Amino acid sequence: MTAHIVIIGAGQAGVQTAEALRAGGFAGAITLLGDEPHGPYHRPPLSKAWLAGDIGAEQLVMRAPEALARKNIALRTHTQVNAIDRAARQVKLADGSALSYSGLVLATGSTPRRLPLPGGDAKGVLALRSRMDASAIAERMAMCIEQQLPVVVIGGGFIGLEVAATARKKGLRVTVLEAAPRLLGRVLAPLLSDWYAQLHRSHGVNLVLGAQITALEADRQGTVSGVRMADGTLHPAALVVVGIGVSANEQLARDAGLACERGIVVDACGRTSDPVIVAAGDCAARRLPDGSLLRLESVQNAIEQGKSVAAALLGQERPFTATPWFWSDQYDKKLQMAGLSGGADQWAVRGDMDSGSFSVYHLRAGQLLAVDSVNASRDHLQARKLLDAGVSPTPAQVGDAAFDLGTLLLK
Amino acid sequence: MANITYIEASGQATTLKLADGWSLMQGATANGVDGILGECGGSCACATCHCYVDEARLADLPPASDNELAMLDNVAAERRPGSRLACQIKASAALDGLIIHLPDMQE
Repeated sequence: MTAHIVIIGAGQAGVQTAEALRAGGFAGAITLLGDEPHGPYHRPPLSKAWLAGDIGAEQLVMRAPEALARKNIALRTHTQVNAIDRAARQVKLADGSALSYSGLVLATGSTPRRLPLPGGDAKGVLALRSRMDASAIAERMAMCIEQQLPVVVIGGGFIGLEVAATARKKGLRVTVLEAAPRLLGRVLAPLLSDWYAQLHRSHGVNLVLGAQITALEADRQGTVSGVRMADGTLHPAALVVVGIGVSANEQLARDAGLACERGIVVDACGRTSDPVIVAAGDCAARRLPDGSLLRLESVQNAIEQGKSVAAALLGQERPFTATPWFWSDQYDKKLQMAGLSGGADQWAVRGDMDSGSFSVYHLRAGQLLAVDSVNASRDHLQARKLLDAGVSPTPAQVGDAAFDLGTLLLK
Repeated sequence: MANITYIEASGQATTLKLADGWSLMQGATANGVDGILGECGGSCACATCHCYVDEARLADLPPASDNELAMLDNVAAERRPGSRLACQIKASAALDGLIIHLPDMQE
């Protein structure tokens, strides 16, 4: 059979894989399958510049179809895959046709979790993942602006907080309901969670922590009208944005008998339990040397895993082991995070939190785990180098602005 | 509207007509100019859209923000006086005819 690599998913990981295959010298056919009507587009601006109206829809384009065509990458939008037949090495499409593959890439992404509450499916209750989701939110926000109706965001994670910041920028009344006692509790140090809570409150967000929601209420047309709390309080809302996390799109892989556990299980090179099938991006859960699984939802992860799986399909080892990094824009604050902070037992601050430009260093037993920088890109980029090199500053060195942490790298 | 010419390290030149408000990074990535990666989608967060602006035209551009300057400290290729991030330069009539050179590596 002629070489044909089929990529399921035309997002960041899928596009990266296709282009990395060509850059790596792959001369066979490449087919990139996307289930959305749009060609590849950038997701990060959806909750920020695009939703704010600062850029147009055409500026979301990641690659124009012609640019892919020049690389002989066949893009098929509107294409749903129903099943993978591993024995026949074919993917079955919803239109009844089949595509044979010599290598298969699963870049199927993730799906926002739904709110498991009464009224959770009322009209006006929306999640943000795709361009269509973002359009629906923008449309409803426009109505809320016109009729001066309030917005509720459920979930104080990155998506929820970015949407809240954008909604405030547009002048909307916004309530954020977070079930945990602090914002971004799984990723940020407690003092930075508190700082972000203050940031949102200072911009006029009504922030409720430890929020216990019992139901979403709807009017007679089935449109959301408010969010009911356990204590009886009602937060009126004509738009509810739900940002309570995502689940990996692993069903195709699971049905095909591939190992899945909170994602499609892969090694450091993105290989699944089938030697001709790889997975990259949000859908992939990487097995770490200690046996645990790591699933990251970030652009960097999608890009780096895309490069790894392209190499794997070309018979090369290109493990993705670089320090994870991530960013979030809220108001005029750019948060840049390097490393994974889980298990930290000590935090040290560099810079002045009151000035709005500083970094928080997470340590465990003296070992640097992660650094969260707010409007401090130099700290962030240096942190990536420190973490890549396995070099840890002491809390005293972190706190001493006159001490150049870069000197630790020279040793 | 501005005509922008991208010259890749290989010498490959591409001229694109960009609508006002488009960043030079957006134009390049959407049209498959390989010398610009733009991995973060234009948030000034990754430094993979490094370019060298013709120094004679630097004054036509708004100055780099502190954040951009910090990112420029960490670009993969040599930093030069004309170094900018293409995601932070927005097309307008003032930039018509601008030529930017792309480095031989972005990461």
